[in-house]
Amino acid sequence: MAIDIGGTFTDTVLLDSASRVVATTKTPTTPHRPALGAVAGATHVLKAAGADWRQVTGFIHGTTLATNALIERRGATTATITTRGFRDILEIAYERRYSQYSIDLVKPDLIVPRTHSLTIGGRMDASGQELEPLNEAGIGPLVAELRALEVEAVAVCLLHAYANPAHELALRDLLAQHMPDLVISLSHEVSPEAREFDRLCTTIANAYVQPLMAGYLQDFEARFRQMGLACPILMMTAGGGMTTLDTAARLPIRLVESGPAGGAVLAARIAEATGETEVLSFDMGGTTAKLCLIDDYRPQTARKFEISRAERFIKGSGMPVRIPVIEMIEIGAGGGSIASVDRLGRIQVGPHSAGSDPGPAAFGKGGDKPTVTDADLTLGLIEPGRFAEGRLQIDQNAAQQAMARDVGDPLGLSPDQSAFAVSEIVDESMASAGRMHAVESGKDLSNRLIIAFGGNGPLHATRVARRAQMRRVLIPRDPGVGSAVGFLFAPVSYEVIRSRYARLDSLDIDGLNHFFGAMQAEAEQVVRAGAPEGVLLQRRIAYMRYHGQGHEIEIRLPDRDLAASDLTELREAFETEYSRQFSRIVPGMTIEILNWGLSVSSPAPAHEPYPDTPTEHIAGATEHRQILCDVTGTWRPAGVFNRGDLTPGAALKGPALIVEAQTTTFVSADFSATVDGQGNIWLTRQEEDKA
Amino acid sequence: MIQSDTRLQVMWNRLLAVVEEQGQALIRAAFSPIVRECGDISAGIFDAQGRMLAQAVTGTPGHINTMAEAVKTLCARFAQCEMKPGDIYMTNDPWIASGHLNDFLLMMPVFYQDTVIGYTACTSHLVDLGGLGMGPEGSDIYDEGLLIPPCKLVSQGEVNALLLDIVKANSREPIANEGDIYALIACCEAGSTRLVQMMQEFGLTNLNALSDYIIDTSRRGTLDAIAALPKGTWHHVLKVDGYDDEIELHAALTIADDHLLLDFDGTAPCVGKGINVPLNYATAYSVFALRCIIGADIPNNAGSLDPFRVTGPAGCILNAQPPAPVAMRHTLGQMTPDLVYGCLSQALPGKVPAEGASCMYDLPLRHAPEAVERGDDLFALELVFNGGTGARPQLDGLSATAFPSGVWGSQVETTEAVAPVLFHRRELRADSGGAGRLRGGLGQHIELSASKDQDLMLFLSVERLKNPACGRDGGLDGAPGRITVQPGNRQLPGKGEVRIKAGETLMFETPGGGGFGRPEERSENAVQNDLRAGLISQGMARTQYRRQT
Repeated sequence: MAIDIGGTFTDTVLLDSASRVVATTKTPTTPHRPALGAVAGATHVLKAAGADWRQVTGFIHGTTLATNALIERRGATTATITTRGFRDILEIAYERRYSQYSIDLVKPDLIVPRTHSLTIGGRMDASGQELEPLNEAGIGPLVAELRALEVEAVAVCLLHAYANPAHELALRDLLAQHMPDLVISLSHEVSPEAREFDRLCTTIANAYVQPLMAGYLQDFEARFRQMGLACPILMMTAGGGMTTLDTAARLPIRLVESGPAGGAVLAARIAEATGETEVLSFDMGGTTAKLCLIDDYRPQTARKFEISRAERFIKGSGMPVRIPVIEMIEIGAGGGSIASVDRLGRIQVGPHSAGSDPGPAAFGKGGDKPTVTDADLTLGLIEPGRFAEGRLQIDQNAAQQAMARDVGDPLGLSPDQSAFAVSEIVDESMASAGRMHAVESGKDLSNRLIIAFGGNGPLHATRVARRAQMRRVLIPRDPGVGSAVGFLFAPVSYEVIRSRYARLDSLDIDGLNHFFGAMQAEAEQVVRAGAPEGVLLQRRIAYMRYHGQGHEIEIRLPDRDLAASDLTELREAFETEYSRQFSRIVPGMTIEILNWGLSVSSPAPAHEPYPDTPTEHIAGATEHRQILCDVTGTWRPAGVFNRGDLTPGAALKGPALIVEAQTTTFVSADFSATVDGQGNIWLTRQEEDKA
Repeated sequence: MIQSDTRLQVMWNRLLAVVEEQGQALIRAAFSPIVRECGDISAGIFDAQGRMLAQAVTGTPGHINTMAEAVKTLCARFAQCEMKPGDIYMTNDPWIASGHLNDFLLMMPVFYQDTVIGYTACTSHLVDLGGLGMGPEGSDIYDEGLLIPPCKLVSQGEVNALLLDIVKANSREPIANEGDIYALIACCEAGSTRLVQMMQEFGLTNLNALSDYIIDTSRRGTLDAIAALPKGTWHHVLKVDGYDDEIELHAALTIADDHLLLDFDGTAPCVGKGINVPLNYATAYSVFALRCIIGADIPNNAGSLDPFRVTGPAGCILNAQPPAPVAMRHTLGQMTPDLVYGCLSQALPGKVPAEGASCMYDLPLRHAPEAVERGDDLFALELVFNGGTGARPQLDGLSATAFPSGVWGSQVETTEAVAPVLFHRRELRADSGGAGRLRGGLGQHIELSASKDQDLMLFLSVERLKNPACGRDGGLDGAPGRITVQPGNRQLPGKGEVRIKAGETLMFETPGGGGFGRPEERSENAVQNDLRAGLISQGMARTQYRRQT
């Protein structure tokens, strides 16, 4: 069983032992007691499947609670303790403005104000040598200050603690003696990477949500135990792996953004099942679209993301969090994104969103701004009677009126033309974001398969694909609950990334092996708690770069101790990857490494053999609807199909709409669709058939 | 049936995305720290007449306008009919490219169906061009290194190997320079490929309709913004520290119906050290400052830039002529926004921020010359620190934040990992923000020394040691910068080469920004918050904010 608690809905999915989805449900999230909504969902799927709690042998949970606590500022009163002389790491940050032309910009709120920034004497150098002992005599005044400030949680981040944590550990023990109830996060445990600002921010975010999350997890576990759940509860992390409740309670920052990670895990699973080595996952919901590159069945990972952005979609406007994550770019483009016309007469779509409340104008729930969903309705792509399983009364006139007032009138366009234009702009912005992300990652989009899910992904996938010059799209089964399904395919895993500066030509191999040994012990201890039996897989990574460059290249190391004889191969691996990305190497340039990664994971569940696709048969439309075609720009009939009726081998040509409970797949006129043996829909662009 | 403007807008969005892609590709591959940390590059797409259609929004404003003008110059120099597919042109002439020799500009004609339909261009900062290196000590441009006049770097895909050898032979960092030049070539080619793809996808044969649409729409939007301004001419004089002697910068800003004219007439002449500024670079920062307030939402292109005109008498320090030394042209170039805002604030009272620290506080550190013999650590660091920005009409200034430059500061841990330096302190300077209804941003206090038994060489080129950031509308001045060596409290001048001996500590205090409005009018709440946070002292609350404490 997998439960994904989102801001609006809680998705619950039940799989059988052959990894087949046997029941799913979406229940409203209960924000005050999220576990209640989860219990409701769980009870529902068990009943639907005719199963009981004793039969549940695996349980995975993902939640936005930590994310929301950070966004809504519902965490603990937190203070920081940094090295004396360095009180203003947060205030000084990177000394930059995130928006070049904005005179009035406001910097992000980094949770801890200067009044709560405290320091203590003691100093390590970059190699971990102690230059000055920890000022233990300073603990008295420090404790007095923490008490005066009524601090509940403290983030300790001492300079170079990633290289030598002795002072942080000693300080923790001293604090715990004086203040046993104080929640303490240590930077070298939360994020052992060099760069004091990023490490401090990460430690603060962890400390800030820790009391809340520990309480929540305790309550969650108690409730499900009471229901009769016997197997361990594992938590989904942002890195796309699972971890135990204990680790989650200690490092709750790793739970942030775990929901979207589930979607990427699902896409990677499908990629592997279908043998697709280059994939772009495309998860478009009500507020945002999220894109993730997946190569060789592994979602692209990053070591950093941002929370609490002052401007949601402006990179660099937020608080950096350095933990291993599945890397996703998020664009302010969803069904609820609002369309408007700026003073130059340009149509803008998003990033402001009407969300689901008040929602698009057509929902009639008080929203009167035209949104992407209103545009899709006006274009005929959504059947009003079947939207959201018929639970919502759709007012098409309201959609058209809003479109006319805010877009059509200022530009002299009809509502149809306005809707068409809104769609073009939003699809272009998603395609551009995808291309940009690929460029930043040194990759190409054009040969990739798009795996589209989320409430609006299947609806926009062919339009985005064309603009990104991509030719193939796959719509999985149950695309509306993709993230929760993905949880069930995640391994138990833990990743550590640690800084240790070195040059490839003067690598201290013994020292490095010892360093990796410690990382391995730490990771295995965490993973064994969740996967006590069986083999564990390991990955070791060096983040290499030419001296002088900022861009690091991830190079896989052998999963064992290094030997001097490996160095030539490492250099070659770096040069091969560098020339793949930049078309050449730079002979004679020193190669350096600051960060090293190690991850340990249990193997993912085995794949069932992928069924063959039976011989194609032409599917017949149940009816036809008039749509405004995105290829020709004219109104024309599109076949309407029920997804449930399409059996393996079914084939059809666009324009067509394939309708299911939580979404509609729009097959553009230049695409055709087939259903494979697994029930996935494949959409392929026909270059020659532009009619 | 679909109105063509939407299609044009989609293509405009595409061009803006393409230049950002080009810019990112260049930053990723670059070797120069200033490029990596500050995005000191530009990338743009031009039509067949050399009019700029789109420019990447990158870290520093030093390329705004300069690239647009540079491409026009190269287009005039080389006949379009002589160009072949795969050709790329190059120069680092400071008066054509971007104000000093380190900035290389490349331009590539884009062919579609055997015709030049436009150009892509990019600029990037190379690490070293020989001469005396990056510092103000050169007495003419010849001291500053290698100047390459406009020439063909790549001929039908074939790189001119001799030219590349010359660049490498004249540099202390030949490998990095070669890498950077290849990154520039790749950037031009990537832009060209994307542009051709767009032509195919949208079925275009030329860019004429699109470029007219972009330029007309942007010009119209800019003119609308100008129409809303009061008309007239406003004057301002800004005194700056200079190299040896203080210097006066003069400006007259005229707001006319259809353009703005900034004239540096009256500005002091060039000096004998490399802080002189070519006009293209002074223009970049001046226009950036104006565009922050006038039409900030309109992308940079030939249409939006056209109404902004900048002039100055040849030979004044903001219109330096060859062979004046210009290596550190950014020191004064970054002061021009304060000069411009001195004029603009008279035209738009209550809309323009107070003066800030403005000039970045670079701290380039290197090993001493004897390090090689002694077996000391060899290193070169390009640290950048900043002071406070001026208070804004509705908001306090930003503490320790770059403006007008878009640089990133460095981190203590990564710096200490790669070089033999040890920081003892890096904190905000209490009381350094100019008092006012809105407070100026605070500067910072940095202390560092060699972490080993070796001397450090420091190359200074900073401002506002003698002339602090002025407040506006009754706001008080920010604290000036201060650079000293301890023990002994030896005061250092703002420019020149300094040796910090082993065991000595450099104290580097960056300036605060000016305040806005009278300090007496600052809300009690804001004063109390500043006191609690330790941003101002009790003494300052009493004497400058006139509070009972």
